[in-house]
Amino acid sequence: MIRRLMFFAPVAVLAVLAGLLWLGLGRDPEALPSTLINEPLPAFELAPVRPGDTDGLSSTDFSGRPMLLNVFASWCVGCRIEHPFLMDLARQGVVIQGLNWKDAPGDGAAWLVEHGDPYAHVGDDPEGRAGIDLGVSGAPETFIVDAQGRVRYRHIGPVTPEVWRNDLAPILQSLEAEG
Amino acid sequence: MRRLFAALTAGFLMAAAPLPPAPVEDRPLADPALEARAVALQQSLRCVVCQNESIAESGAVLAADLRQVVRERVAAGDSDEEVRAFMVARYGDFVLLKPPFEPATWLLWLGPLIVVLLGGLAVIAYLRQRRTVPEATALSADEMARLDALLAQEDET
Repeated sequence: MIRRLMFFAPVAVLAVLAGLLWLGLGRDPEALPSTLINEPLPAFELAPVRPGDTDGLSSTDFSGRPMLLNVFASWCVGCRIEHPFLMDLARQGVVIQGLNWKDAPGDGAAWLVEHGDPYAHVGDDPEGRAGIDLGVSGAPETFIVDAQGRVRYRHIGPVTPEVWRNDLAPILQSLEAEG
Repeated sequence: MRRLFAALTAGFLMAAAPLPPAPVEDRPLADPALEARAVALQQSLRCVVCQNESIAESGAVLAADLRQVVRERVAAGDSDEEVRAFMVARYGDFVLLKPPFEPATWLLWLGPLIVVLLGGLAVIAYLRQRRTVPEATALSADEMARLDALLAQEDET
């Protein structure tokens, strides 16, 4: 009897291992958890991007209601993909703040003229230091910030209608319900 | 064919977009001791873009920025520990190429030791099982006499 069980032990070990590895296949190793979840936004005060603006983007702009913080750049291909959808969201009344990450002077403004401007405020982060404070690893990235200025969620990559429906919209709605 | 078409489309799309910024140039610190510390720190920090390289060896734009940040912090008088804490606060434990020893990583650090122990136990169990015990046979008359003699001797002393 024991000998029989011993025979099956390696098979059982292999099965468990295969199960764990199978689960591991479904995980995205590039999806790093943000260290800012439930923490207040780091303080930043960015210069304006749009020529007519007097103010850029400040961490104090995030108060009163939940908002999105979108990290974008004119050179970023993923931003090109998500931009039309961000325009839709802005038309639906979602407040989106823009952080123009590591763009050459003038490129961010030209991008907004060419593709449309979904942002409430836009701040310039030419050296990417505000991005580093936010733990940004690339563009595009989108944060959900609550009415108290705390980060509640971070999405890496383009915001597609699917991502919006499955991940971002439910969180934003529950935050809006909180008030 | 469809793949080729998709690749070409992607190529055109990317050609249309402005190029990403070039990595900032490395500006080594003037003080060789500080620069050595900065480089050692850079080698211990993982690049979050390419993930299996340190920021010292990565060609990613963000890695170049982070190298610069490390140099600035070292020049500003931060200890190694403070520089690492700065990075961990922003990017999490993931940036440390040598993860800290804490409850979440006990299995990671002790795993190999546990595997070696289990393997060792299995080997010992196997060897003990293999050492066949000679079958007991009845003592011959000669051996019986010798045993008696020895036991008698034992009793006397």
